[in-house]
Amino acid sequence: MIAIIDYGAGNLKNVKHALKLLEIDAFVTDDPSDLAQADGMILPGVGAFGEAMKRLEASGFVDTIKQEVDKGTPLLGICLGMQLLFDKSYEHGEHAGLGLIEGEIVRFSDDVKVPHMGWNQLALKQMTSLNEGVQDEDYVYFVHSYYAQATHEADILHETVYGKSFTSAVKRGHVMGMQYHPEKSSRVGMQLLKNFGEMVQ
Amino acid sequence: MLAKRIVPCLDVQDGRVVKGKKFTDIQDVADPVELGKRYSELGADELVFYDITASHEKRDIFLDVVERVSEEVHIPFTVGGGIRTVDDFRAVLQAGADKVSINSAAVTNPDLIDEASVRFGNQCVVLSIDAKEADGEWYVFVKGGRENTGKKLIEWAIEGEKRGAGEIVLNVMDTDGVKQGYRSDVMAQLSDHVNIPVVASGGAGKEEHFLDVLTNGKADAALAASVFHFNEIELSDLKQYLYNHELPIRLG
Repeated sequence: MIAIIDYGAGNLKNVKHALKLLEIDAFVTDDPSDLAQADGMILPGVGAFGEAMKRLEASGFVDTIKQEVDKGTPLLGICLGMQLLFDKSYEHGEHAGLGLIEGEIVRFSDDVKVPHMGWNQLALKQMTSLNEGVQDEDYVYFVHSYYAQATHEADILHETVYGKSFTSAVKRGHVMGMQYHPEKSSRVGMQLLKNFGEMVQ
Repeated sequence: MLAKRIVPCLDVQDGRVVKGKKFTDIQDVADPVELGKRYSELGADELVFYDITASHEKRDIFLDVVERVSEEVHIPFTVGGGIRTVDDFRAVLQAGADKVSINSAAVTNPDLIDEASVRFGNQCVVLSIDAKEADGEWYVFVKGGRENTGKKLIEWAIEGEKRGAGEIVLNVMDTDGVKQGYRSDVMAQLSDHVNIPVVASGGAGKEEHFLDVLTNGKADAALAASVFHFNEIELSDLKQYLYNHELPIRLG
């Protein structure tokens, strides 16, 4: 059973619908104590980094997520949810993140259209159980103005080029993140979610 | 590389898809959810669902359509029509829409762009503009093209971006439904003046029209309706055609 974390930042419904289609058991929760029963966690999110961390903190999820990660429960951050896994973000100031993956979140420069919105390609950096069945140059759907710079090459699964190359998916042990929206990425996205579902079982 | 997007647009009235020529002579086509699914399978990059139901009481029927689309279609979709307030934004976003398009409400109350983008993020605020040429200038029109607002197209687009719109859909009214091609000249002009994605609308009739507006017209995406609804252009063929012409296109 996967817990979809509801901390008041964004559309959880689409993630839930996609998992339902894949016949992966999931539930939405705004109660941190529910995470103890989950076999996996998904941290979604749209909006601003600082506000999202504040909400996570206020709802008591920050410590609980870290505890569950320590216990070995797989965690997948999607879009802003991936950014929150990192040390810090420079979106409207400087904000600390969950610190589960080393690196920081910075804004695209103005020589490209911002937000980076639409279908863009994945450059495969390493193959793991999470991105099995996904090919180099496959397209996935992005909507974001800030991007992750992972400190360690070993944590990077996918990179994507938009003006410059940035980290579009990460995996450090059982902590994973996707800057793109797998739930909106048709066949390729469904494959990625299916893989996560299989890792959780 | 960021792909050029092909976006079928579905006008929805009383829960059904309709498409007529030049906003009148409306023809009933199909169930929006089924059609949306089919387009997604054929390679649509996004979908737009536009509520053309006149009465506000029937709003729930449309919200139900949005809800069902989000359950069954796993590509991004925009919802428009009848959006007047931040609460309207919230309702369709909660029903599962990814983006919300506003048109005349933004003209009447430009602050709506600011408010919605602060509340929900720039990425989900789409400024849709109906434009017509009058005395050699491009103006913003409302009320189905009957009323010239006096706002100049480019100025309004720039203001929209400043206020927080994340994307602009430019619908050229003279070419809408006529299938003689997009107005690539005005699309390119608009693209040169804003730093957010531009979606071209109005005029698709042949595959060449898409190629033209996505290259010469500098559009990031091309929107069309009836050519897809009536199977005059098959989506998968169109995307293969554009791919063969070396455009960045997502296949399959």
